[in-house]
Amino acid sequence: MRLVVPLQGVVQGRGGLIFGSLIPCALFYFLQLYLKRHRSPRNPPSPSASLQNLAEMNRTSSRSNLLSRGSIGPARISSLATSISKPNDSPYYIGLDKVSEDPYDRFGNPDGVIQLGLSENRLCFDLIEKWMLENLTDSIRGRDGDDLSISGIASYQPLDGTMELKMAMAGFMSHVIGGAVSFEPSQMVLTAGATPAIETLCFCLADHGNAFLVPTPYYPGFDRDMKWRTGVELIPVHCRSTDNFTLSISVLDQAFNQTRKRGTKIRGILLSNPANPVGNLLSREILCDLLDFAREKNIHIISDEIFAGSIYGNEEFVSIADVLDSEDFDKSRVHIVYGLSKDLSLPGFLVGVIYSLNDNVLVAARKLTRFSSISAPTQKLLVSMLSDARFIKEYMETNKKRIRNMRDLFVSGLEGLGIRCADSSAGLYCWANMSKLIPSYGEKGELELWDKLLNVAKINVTPGSACHCIEPGWFRCCFTTLDEEDIPLVMERIRKATDSRAS
Amino acid sequence: MTQTRYYLTRSPEPEKEKSRGGGGGTAMRVIVPLQGVVQGRGGLVLGSLIPCALFYFLQFYLKRNRDDTNDQNESNSPPQNPTPSSDQLTELPTLTRSLSRAFLSPRNPSGPVPIAARVSGIVKGADSPYYIGLRRVKEDPYDELDNPNGVIQLGLAENKLSLDLVKDWLAENASKAILGNGKELSISGIATYQPFDGSMEFKVAVAGFMSQVMEKDVSFNPSQIVLTAGANPAIEILSFCLADTGNAFLVPTPCYPGLDRDVKWRTGVEIIHVPCRSADNFNLSIAALDRSFNQAKTRGLKVRGIIISNPSNPVGSLLSRETLYSLLDFAREKNIHIVSNEILAGSTHENEEFISMAEIIEQEDIDRKRVHIVYGLSKYLSLPGFRVGVIYSFNDDVMAAAKKLTRFSAISAPSQRLLIAMLSDTRFIQTFITTNRERLQRMYVQLVAGLEKMGIKSIKSSGGFYCWADMSGLISSYSEKGEFELWDRLLNIGKLNVTPGSCCHCIERGWFRFCFATLTEKDIPVVMERIQKVLKPVN
Repeated sequence: MRLVVPLQGVVQGRGGLIFGSLIPCALFYFLQLYLKRHRSPRNPPSPSASLQNLAEMNRTSSRSNLLSRGSIGPARISSLATSISKPNDSPYYIGLDKVSEDPYDRFGNPDGVIQLGLSENRLCFDLIEKWMLENLTDSIRGRDGDDLSISGIASYQPLDGTMELKMAMAGFMSHVIGGAVSFEPSQMVLTAGATPAIETLCFCLADHGNAFLVPTPYYPGFDRDMKWRTGVELIPVHCRSTDNFTLSISVLDQAFNQTRKRGTKIRGILLSNPANPVGNLLSREILCDLLDFAREKNIHIISDEIFAGSIYGNEEFVSIADVLDSEDFDKSRVHIVYGLSKDLSLPGFLVGVIYSLNDNVLVAARKLTRFSSISAPTQKLLVSMLSDARFIKEYMETNKKRIRNMRDLFVSGLEGLGIRCADSSAGLYCWANMSKLIPSYGEKGELELWDKLLNVAKINVTPGSACHCIEPGWFRCCFTTLDEEDIPLVMERIRKATDSRAS
Repeated sequence: MTQTRYYLTRSPEPEKEKSRGGGGGTAMRVIVPLQGVVQGRGGLVLGSLIPCALFYFLQFYLKRNRDDTNDQNESNSPPQNPTPSSDQLTELPTLTRSLSRAFLSPRNPSGPVPIAARVSGIVKGADSPYYIGLRRVKEDPYDELDNPNGVIQLGLAENKLSLDLVKDWLAENASKAILGNGKELSISGIATYQPFDGSMEFKVAVAGFMSQVMEKDVSFNPSQIVLTAGANPAIEILSFCLADTGNAFLVPTPCYPGLDRDVKWRTGVEIIHVPCRSADNFNLSIAALDRSFNQAKTRGLKVRGIIISNPSNPVGSLLSRETLYSLLDFAREKNIHIVSNEILAGSTHENEEFISMAEIIEQEDIDRKRVHIVYGLSKYLSLPGFRVGVIYSFNDDVMAAAKKLTRFSAISAPSQRLLIAMLSDTRFIQTFITTNRERLQRMYVQLVAGLEKMGIKSIKSSGGFYCWADMSGLISSYSEKGEFELWDRLLNIGKLNVTPGSCCHCIERGWFRFCFATLTEKDIPVVMERIQKVLKPVN
């Protein structure tokens, strides 16, 4: 018996307790060690199949090579690179890839895939083009063609944006966001697009392993912006169709407590207002409640207001900056992200803004712009464009009118097919409820419909699951990349694809 | 099976009984709770499971506590003066805990909200002399006519020597380049979303330009190019792609002062310096590399690659073909990557031949995947504000990852347009290359001659905008302090911003980097005069 149960003997002797605990502990420790060792080599082989083939090739060639024994296949790359170098798996990105392979063109490629998945605004290109033709030469070369301005674009610029552009941007933001809010240029950091603005804030506010609360459905790109390089987690806070996807503090609180219990530190809330993909606005009351909540929990708020100027409803847009100004809240915990990609429809210019009243965050963000600064000619161009008050006013009014027009056409088209959209008043998209059309109520059914729309109907829409929506059957359709004439075709394609299911 | 198991668990009983009978058992039971379990049924199982569980929790507890202390150390790490925010950071856990207890009545808010510990170093980190000097120049820049007492910039690696050529070109072609000859619909090519890693047109133009700069038969494949908003993000992206947090890169020193920021700040990757010495003209030796590699290994650090700069910044020397091959051998032997920073490739100004890693891997098929080259266009073309960096790599996984990461640092479309036109103008580029090289050489020769007249020797530089000068005879004490004293005198008395060697992590004291491409020829006598003024009290 003693042979079978070695511990027993120890227990019976002296020091039984000590040995009886120590020995299992030691054994357990070695077991953990063993498991750990074995686990780590299992991760690397993930670099796609081609890489594995390569590993074999390399090995044989290097062996025959100069007998350098050391070389064991390709040098390892980081786990970040390994995980992101894989092909896209989110339907959002798969759809975008598909469109870029085979884009619809009314004349050139009438059977191509129609883009309804990218929130880009092409409705007012004529205005921008007209302005460029008239002003480009002057704005780059300077009014009198003096060469001082050329050295201005050629020499080293402050990495976080020139003061002129910040001032022009502050003026533009005040104009767009409206109300009595005035933006201070010195509290601004300019980045190469809103994407790095969000990432920079995430780096500044949270450490590896910390988390942000994000109301769902949310913009699919947040997963990349907030998580990839920062190691920060996003905790979904689910909003439902019964409330028209508006955020409630009680759900937020619940998510906060659950995450806390798991031992994860929450560092802030990430809002998008106007919401992407739903297109609704946060009311003044809910903004006040959010600020109270943030103070209570001592966390930050990032408010992504990139669609602030793309309002088409009658509801008034309230910026969190407005609420901060009017009431006595702690300003250092609020950070606003803005950009020119949506409201001025210049995504190719890559201009993003971090507006914060937290000095530490500003200092850090400014230093981090060495990795994402806006190139000088673009800054130069924008200074004159944004300072042209007449152009901006005309542009904003026309733009709103055209978005509203497209939205009405598109939504009534969908209604003709029996598809209802959530109430919305802003954005370049609508949030359509196709839950009646999905073959089974669940993510699988939703993705089946998405796949059919993409491959049969040749329409790229974004399924709700890509936006982490908790209810299946919702789709985001961006309509501002279309021409009016394309709408009947879109409706026809949807009808065909969904009919064939019924028959 | 069942029987043995039964025995295993059962068997303790009889013997246990005996041992209890052995006396002292009852007292033991109170003191030693486990004993009781062991004596009961399932003794072996429980008797092992419970200590294991306890031990597991102990480990868990220790791990947690260790993380916390690490956090605190990190947030306090810059030992300057513990500013308010670092205090808040350490206080935070207790603060929030008490808050949540008093949950329903949120009493007075708990003071400023903390920011991430990882950036608190960035926020407070005392700027090195390199950055202090740059700031001083910005506040009070020298101008021959307007501000003759201002600070002269010798600290910024920027090329202004051929700015006139670029200006003329821009004045003539800029708007046409952006709008594409005023044809319609061209606006959608710059306003819409573009591929983040640069348009194919631009890559083709860049590839052609690079071949032209190398003046040799090196051909660059446009599909192996990823473009970024400057060389800094190019290096950072490679650092993200090649190494995990806690891994390390070997970097021969002296290296350029911003490298720490590019490689380490956000990635959590470490740098291990491989000291090169003046006795070898600061040339890299594989033996030193090997030594550093082994030291890192014994410290438990995983080395993932080597970062070299060729032509070297700040020394200006070129790596020979043999060195490149032995580097490649070394990398193969250790199975690590090589990042070759060739941002100054176009700025060679002596007759020595520049050999790019690209040329070597053209022939060496097998090792292609471990070599990653970084170029920067803007610095060379006197267009630093344009911010264009290039990653050139044959590693498909790194390329795929880097392409996706360019969402955070893409080049804006109008600038791409402009540069496509400029780079495709081969006649202009050829003139630029030739003229720029001549001017660099002339400036270099004058600066070196001026320094030599004062007895300041420098390492022979064949590339770049720098002169790496030995002022060790002029420092008050052979230490970092002595070096900084001289730097401070040069900055405040001489009104010259130079970069001290310690900012470049040089292991020897008294070396300074002089960037001469921001000067005009007329400035050189002024610089010499000012150095003279600083040195006088010593002599």
